[in-house]
Amino acid sequence: MKHTISVLLQNKPGVLSRVTGLFSGRGFNIESLSVAETLDSTISCLTLVTSGDKAIIEQITKQLHKLIDVIKVTDISESEYVEREMVLIRVKAESTTRAEVLRVIDIFRGKVVDVSPKTYTVELTGSASKIQAVIDILRPIGIKEIVRTGTIAMARAPKK
Amino acid sequence: MEKVKGSIAIIRCLKEEGVKTIFGFPGGAVIDLYDDLYDSDINHVLVRHEQGAVHAADGFARVTGEVGVALLTSGPGATNGVTAIATAYMDSIPLVILTGQVPTPLIGNDAFQEVDIVGITRPCTKHNYLVSKAEDLVPTIREAFHIARTGRPGPVLIDLPKDIVASMVEFTEKKPIRMQNYQPNYEPHMGQIEKACKEILKAKQPVLYVGGGVILSNSNEELTELAQKMKIPVTMTLMGLGGFPGRDDLSMGMLGMHGSYTANMAVAKSDLLIAVGARFDDRVTGRVDAFAPHAKIIHIDIDPTSISKNVAVDIPIVADCKHALTAMNNWLDSCGHNLNEVAATHTPWLETIGEWTRKHPMGYLNEGEIIKPQYVVETLDELTGGDAIITTEVGQNQMWAAQFYKFSKPRRLITSGGLGTMGYGLPAAIGAKMAFPDATVVDIAGDGSIQMNIQELATAKQYKCPVKICLLNNNYLGMVRQWQELFYDKRYAATVMEVTPDFVALAEAYGAVGLRATKTSEVESVIKEALSIDNVVLMDFRIAREEGVFPMVPAGKATTEMLLV
Ligand SMILES: Cc1ncc(C[n+]2csc(CCOP(=O)(O)OP(=O)(O)O)c2C)c(N)n1
Ligand SMILES: [Mg+2]
Repeated sequence: MKHTISVLLQNKPGVLSRVTGLFSGRGFNIESLSVAETLDSTISCLTLVTSGDKAIIEQITKQLHKLIDVIKVTDISESEYVEREMVLIRVKAESTTRAEVLRVIDIFRGKVVDVSPKTYTVELTGSASKIQAVIDILRPIGIKEIVRTGTIAMARAPKK
Repeated sequence: MEKVKGSIAIIRCLKEEGVKTIFGFPGGAVIDLYDDLYDSDINHVLVRHEQGAVHAADGFARVTGEVGVALLTSGPGATNGVTAIATAYMDSIPLVILTGQVPTPLIGNDAFQEVDIVGITRPCTKHNYLVSKAEDLVPTIREAFHIARTGRPGPVLIDLPKDIVASMVEFTEKKPIRMQNYQPNYEPHMGQIEKACKEILKAKQPVLYVGGGVILSNSNEELTELAQKMKIPVTMTLMGLGGFPGRDDLSMGMLGMHGSYTANMAVAKSDLLIAVGARFDDRVTGRVDAFAPHAKIIHIDIDPTSISKNVAVDIPIVADCKHALTAMNNWLDSCGHNLNEVAATHTPWLETIGEWTRKHPMGYLNEGEIIKPQYVVETLDELTGGDAIITTEVGQNQMWAAQFYKFSKPRRLITSGGLGTMGYGLPAAIGAKMAFPDATVVDIAGDGSIQMNIQELATAKQYKCPVKICLLNNNYLGMVRQWQELFYDKRYAATVMEVTPDFVALAEAYGAVGLRATKTSEVESVIKEALSIDNVVLMDFRIAREEGVFPMVPAGKATTEMLLV
């Protein structure tokens, strides 16, 4: 099963390689990973998506926590959360397909951020599954290039 | 605030931490530090290979419980230390390793003797640092010692660029270290303690399975109290030997691949397994699903990642073993049950255990004048009263040491358990002897392993460090040969040492004493003589060449599927 894990870490050189080294060294897989500074510039937040049974996820969170530079580890997918990913897609946009492309990205609330005689570059955000749906629909039209950020996620704020 | 030269600050930090002896080997990147060490009262031991420096610091740490310190130069000096750092990491030994690094402006330029040692050692240190700013130097060293010795201990490496060591740095006042991101948990959860104790009161066939955590946390007394009070038989891992007195009636010796018949049977039949500071290593469990299949499992460990890693446990207790055992002893003492009566209910179980031992004792066949290695270890045990510091190499020699030396106290068996590093024993013996100059320190060695760090004979000689080497010389890479004999049709591929030195002459070339025994009747007198000589002594025992280590659980089998003698 997929798990989205959020890790707060010291914003120092080499910290990311401690995390990735842990995953490669212990044979855990990383489906996506994204990392950037938090409000406090000495601390980074890393979101990673991984998969495994309960025992593996338990080991992953414990092993992450054991890294000295790691401050906090949360398996966000344990509770309610929002997740977003952003993608840039360069898709073929010739006279016959332009309208079709625009229609599709409109449905998915994307926007065109760059135009060339033969392509549109489209920006879209959403859950990983929404992004995948857009890609699947645009693929037959002709995707030239694609860059995804990987998922970022946040637990939902308590309702009361 | 006071400003001092970086190297002076390092030395002052070491002294603050109580360091009196360090092990090292110089080079360009650490020459400033050596220059200032020259005037300091820290005792520096010059080894002959950097692996030896780190193993010696590790031996020092294991016998004292303090943080061992090694100092290596950049590049090849640092990489030569890596095997020994990994050795300490696998056995959770507190070390601080200082490595020289090229000056900060050159880092990343493939400078002379530059290597990314922080990158290389990331997976085999508890933590590591590259000091990139002068103001970080002093806090980093203090934090490194703190991390090395607290929680589950381990080696911490600090990479020191040459320009920073030579620059002026602030020597700030030492304050207690509080790290938001690192707070090991020592105290057990009392609800878990209660659950565990209730299981202990109920159990009819309990077993204590004791690992290196008991030694590291100095909780042998609390463990012994629990075992004796409740009459629970004890088995130890290689790292746990000495955690409970080997001569006590409740001791079943070691368990696992080369464990005793009794210990492996007892675990297999137990209804409650109490794992204390042990990590369910594959050499201990054999086939995991057949390990303690009928038992409820209590697992005490300070490292949460150890718990339920290999074997799912019923009652996890994340805590320091000493705190957890103390809490259990207290709970039991005040629970209102008559503990003597509870303990008496284990009598049939202890009788069964006694029966196993009578049927299949740890033994070997003595064959006249051909020296049996087990006899050598037994004789050494008798002549030293089970109280010497024994280091080992790796292979059959190590297993015979574990099986036939009856360790009466903790911190007496100094051996590379997790990594199984050949070449560990001699430098570790030197480290141990530097810590306790009056103790008898013996490296039980194999002819293959001893050649991996034989150069340290010179170190032992130079520092008047009269360690003894008990070489169980079978002229084979014996443990590998044993596997080939049993599982590879006796095809002895690359395990016959076709050329070996004359070890007696070799010892003498280093100014040590070489003794040799070729007959059983000579063993005792050779050991006695070696123990009486105030010099480094190498005893070359020409043992039965194809003797095997038994019992043996073939890799991947259940631990009850033992091959016996
Ligand atoms: C550095 C290293 N290389 C290889 C091995 C694999 N190995 C384990 S035991 C052994 C044989 C050791 O031979 P020796 O020191 O003569 O000991 P014996 O088993 O004969 O007592 C070998 C090669 C190891 N443990 N460590
Ligand atoms: Mg040998």
